[in-house]
Amino acid sequence: MAQHERPLSPFLHYRWQYTNTLSILHRLSGVFMSLGIALFVYWLSAIASGQAAYDESLACFSSPLTKIALFGWLQAFFYHFLNGLRHLGWDLGYGFEKSVARKTGTVVFITAVVLTALTWWCITSQITASVSGGVL
Amino acid sequence: MSLRSPLGKVLGAGAAKEGAHHWWAQRISAVGLVLLAPWFLLSLIALGDLSYVNVHDWVASPVHTVLLSLLVLALTYHAFLGLQVVIEDYVANKGIRLLVLLVIKFTLLVLGVLGVISVLRIAFMGNH
Repeated sequence: MAQHERPLSPFLHYRWQYTNTLSILHRLSGVFMSLGIALFVYWLSAIASGQAAYDESLACFSSPLTKIALFGWLQAFFYHFLNGLRHLGWDLGYGFEKSVARKTGTVVFITAVVLTALTWWCITSQITASVSGGVL
Repeated sequence: MSLRSPLGKVLGAGAAKEGAHHWWAQRISAVGLVLLAPWFLLSLIALGDLSYVNVHDWVASPVHTVLLSLLVLALTYHAFLGLQVVIEDYVANKGIRLLVLLVIKFTLLVLGVLGVISVLRIAFMGNH
């Protein structure tokens, strides 16, 4: 079969709107979070391996680099989670109107940032406390 | 003219050579994660002290063991379905696409099994 230079989707050029960015961020955050599964499973296997391995994992989680990565993962999680609810609403036929979709998009973005900051602060301070507590 | 029956068309559903299974699986696993993921984060925060004994005992409680195993399974399954769509959209070469999909599938399978076995080991191996 002859190969034609067919236009690839989206072959119509839409005006760029922030809702487009929100949609792409859903995919990006999903891909990024998939990498985090390795860290989650590492944590579980460390608990299963005993005290020494778990303490090692706490040291890893309390390093500044991992804390920054945790911030990224939490941000990706809350965004993907809230935007996912928005998608599930659309699947059920709710919130498709342009004005509503824009409003929920803004709410999702702001709520994700706030929840990330709160959760990150809680969890990193717990990790830090547990590391210094474990040294005793 | 198509010789396929209307029912066959619906069940065979087009060029993807499969029905709506993928779409449904993605949504159902998403709904599972909507419940499990916040449960996990809230539990971690409520746990407070993340020392070994505390975390170990928390995982070993029967309800937590089940929910954590389900979380690992839902997470890896949902991740695979999502990554699959992204790869099918952006990797045009069929050979590379298949290779990447297989690598991702096996990696997630290993992580999923490791995660569930870890949770079960914590639950069944008893005291620290």
